[in-house]
Amino acid sequence: MKRYLARKLAIYLLTFFVAVTIDWAIPRLMPGDPVNGLIARLNADPTAAQEMHGYFTESFGLDEPLWKQYLNFWLGLLHGDLGPSIAYVGSSVSDLIREAVPYTLALLVPAIVLSYVAGNRVGALAARRKVLDNTALPISYVLTATPYMWLALVLAYVLAFRLEIFPVSGAYDFSLQPAWTWEFARSFLEHWFLPFLTLFLVSFGGWAIGMRNLIIYELEADYANYLQSLGAPDRLVRKYAYRNAVLPQMSGLALALGAVVGGALVTEIIFGYPGIGTLTITAIQNRDYFLLQGIFLFIIVGVLIANFIVDIAYVIVDPRTRTGLQGS
Amino acid sequence: MAAVDPQAESVVAGTVVAPGAEAALRRRSETFHFAFRNKKLVVGLGLLMFLLLVALVGPMLTDREPFEFYDALGQPPSSEHWLGTTAPGQDVYTQFVHGLRASFIVGAIAGCVAAAIAMAVGFAAGYFGGFVDDVLGILTNVVLVIPTIAVLIVVAAYLTVGSLVSEAVLIGVTSWPWAARAIRAQTFSLATREFVSLARLSGQGTWRIILREIAPNMSSYLFLAFILLFGGSILIAATLDFLGLGPSNVMSLGLMLNVAVSNSALQLEMWWWFLAPGIGITAIVAALYVMNVGLDEVFNPKLRKT
Amino acid sequence: MTVAVDGLRVYYRTLRGDVQAVDGVTFSIGDGEIMGLAGESGCGKSTLGKSLIRMDGRMRHVDGSVSLDDRPLPIDDTRAMNKHRFKDVSLVPQYAMSALTPTRKVGKIIEELLESRGVRFAAVRPELERRLTLVGLSKDVLGLYPIELSGGMKQRTVMVLSTLLNPALLIADEITSALDVSTQKAVAETLVEFRDRGYVKSMMVITHDLAILYQVADTILVMYAGKLAEKAPAEVVIRSPLHPYTQLLISSLPEVGVTYDEKRLTGIPGRPPPLLDPPTGCRFRDRCPFAFDKCAEEPPFLEVEPDHHVACWKVF
Repeated sequence: MKRYLARKLAIYLLTFFVAVTIDWAIPRLMPGDPVNGLIARLNADPTAAQEMHGYFTESFGLDEPLWKQYLNFWLGLLHGDLGPSIAYVGSSVSDLIREAVPYTLALLVPAIVLSYVAGNRVGALAARRKVLDNTALPISYVLTATPYMWLALVLAYVLAFRLEIFPVSGAYDFSLQPAWTWEFARSFLEHWFLPFLTLFLVSFGGWAIGMRNLIIYELEADYANYLQSLGAPDRLVRKYAYRNAVLPQMSGLALALGAVVGGALVTEIIFGYPGIGTLTITAIQNRDYFLLQGIFLFIIVGVLIANFIVDIAYVIVDPRTRTGLQGS
Repeated sequence: MAAVDPQAESVVAGTVVAPGAEAALRRRSETFHFAFRNKKLVVGLGLLMFLLLVALVGPMLTDREPFEFYDALGQPPSSEHWLGTTAPGQDVYTQFVHGLRASFIVGAIAGCVAAAIAMAVGFAAGYFGGFVDDVLGILTNVVLVIPTIAVLIVVAAYLTVGSLVSEAVLIGVTSWPWAARAIRAQTFSLATREFVSLARLSGQGTWRIILREIAPNMSSYLFLAFILLFGGSILIAATLDFLGLGPSNVMSLGLMLNVAVSNSALQLEMWWWFLAPGIGITAIVAALYVMNVGLDEVFNPKLRKT
Repeated sequence: MTVAVDGLRVYYRTLRGDVQAVDGVTFSIGDGEIMGLAGESGCGKSTLGKSLIRMDGRMRHVDGSVSLDDRPLPIDDTRAMNKHRFKDVSLVPQYAMSALTPTRKVGKIIEELLESRGVRFAAVRPELERRLTLVGLSKDVLGLYPIELSGGMKQRTVMVLSTLLNPALLIADEITSALDVSTQKAVAETLVEFRDRGYVKSMMVITHDLAILYQVADTILVMYAGKLAEKAPAEVVIRSPLHPYTQLLISSLPEVGVTYDEKRLTGIPGRPPPLLDPPTGCRFRDRCPFAFDKCAEEPPFLEVEPDHHVACWKVF
């Protein structure tokens, strides 16, 4: 078990290293002076451009030897310094990200967990109930094929605009301030629900389909045949099948994280939800390289941590990894 | 013991065809038989063909251009503008069919690129094993964990994606890991079979063995993987285009959504503007996924529920 | 107590029609008898074995009956059959290596299976442990996951589990096919021991390996192309078989100590007839060196000597 986790950890550290290096290298690999490229995008007037040039060159540390730039980059990183923001003048990237993260997590974590649990249950049920299989499955296929931002638009249009059940944008009512009050909580939930639902529905589809196929496969396995030959009730066989099917689904969870993070970004944009997503689009529109870089690193770290958590859970669930005879 | 009568040479049921060839023929016609009976395959493929037709023929049905402005601003669908117009006055139908085309192109190219990389990595790792497998495994894992969107966001901050092809290549280069893993697993199991050992003994070069012996035996699997890569790429491209990171001079469905949202189409209740592109994306991808399942059932008798 | 099979026909449904895998089979197994069921691949022996405990989705019971101790066994009704499974009729499968689910400890698997069949685990546990020790396994095995057991250990565990409730009939389906020779011997000896100790009343050992049957079986039943060819005590089948197919089978076995130079191995030329549309008359006719015109009519399975049944016109 330790070997398995240690190997995973090593990969993640390597990945982090690679990601940081890519991040550092990209502007420096682009043809031409990266600073000029940045400034050209900002369409500033000549005097402002001059000042910015100096500012950027210093920020990038381009006047220093390459290896020193690289080292400084890492040092800054380890101090939590991700640089200044261009779009939000005066704020540091790390502050901006820190403020936005709770909102994104508030969407992501429940959406991932609930869609995983619900999707697996429904998928398993669909594997043995023809009626459910014929309805839930096609719906799941459509859901998983739906782009997040579009489903967000549809839900916003129908439930917020037309039916006016939910509000359309923001994380909470404009008149309120974040506080531990019922009023705030209620407003928060109202605003939270639609973006959450978007993430939930699309992810749900994928899990349901995956589980259904896995269960069908497991029900044909040797152990299932043996148990049934010895007269075991379907209930018991299904229980074992489910237990075995969970394993590849869990591996799939790590894979799916990347997709749902992307989904969260675009969903937030539609709903004007003040999380990482809205930050990203602003950064893109303003060519705020530092902010984008910070977001990139933050997403990487987040995904790596989440992957590691899933790996730990996997070790608990699959006895084969514990005995060190087989890894996933 | 009674001597075996030399006259009793086998007379097998009258036919003289070598059993291998006959069995293969039967298998292929059986495959087609199942293929046409499989509802999912028929529906999926049918929908896909229809959409492809719309993408190919659609633009020819009108002489309008996707980026051109016309007199009607923000109009709902009418006989003049079949899918209505955008707020600044572009024709939604024209944008839609051009965007559909773009989706097919990006999906196909990205799918091919990703499939090529996945096959190269997967075959090599599965066939050679050992050190090669370890190194490729690390590469696969690293690329796997990094979310595509994140990389593309950072890359696009510096590179402006100029064309569909470059967008497709970028997507292809980051979305192959899951397929490489799957291909590796399949290659592993095939590489230990006798026909491969035979080929090796007869002196066939490594890559010849892979391409001539192993790959054809996995062809159905490879095809299925390609379809999934195709569909997945379309979704990723849509997200990129929506974020404004795709080519700005080519009309795409994601770009339509981007412009619609920036122009407050939602608040202005211009449903025709943002409903159409999403339906397009969902339809293509759903068709591909359903087709994929159908094909899987056709190729894999175990999944068929008779 | 006997197992009596009468005129059993079990076919497989396929797109192209019914494959007549078991086509009119009648025999019985006595109390304490180990009957070997031999034949080449595709002759229907596995189908016959499976049909006596659990038919898979494509198998169809077309005709005939099976009874255990003069009580009918409802093999065509899977629900009714369930109360007999494990308790009256049990199975040791060919795939013992993968017969235990990998995500549960062995002891838990056994416990949950027993409880689900209405047997209190605590009551049976001492006997379970005794039997595990008997086959050379420590009772600690119960606390292990299947992956922690070697292939041989899994095989033995499955054998103990399948016979735990002392079934009247045990079907052992090709259980030695995937094993090396020394393990085969151990498994075969275990089977006999189980019978001798009364854990199992009668046994049907299905295999293509006549050598194993010679060691283990009291009687051997030879099947060919869905029909019975010969049934006799093991010694008789091996030493003085009457059916041409059996004779050819025996003669095609290599003899220990004899090299290929001295005596050539002969196979049986030709292939078995397709069971989708089997030929009329004796099914071995096309490959039989003694075939004559009467063979166009299907020979009945008759007792020509005490306890010796054959289906062959030449013999009658």
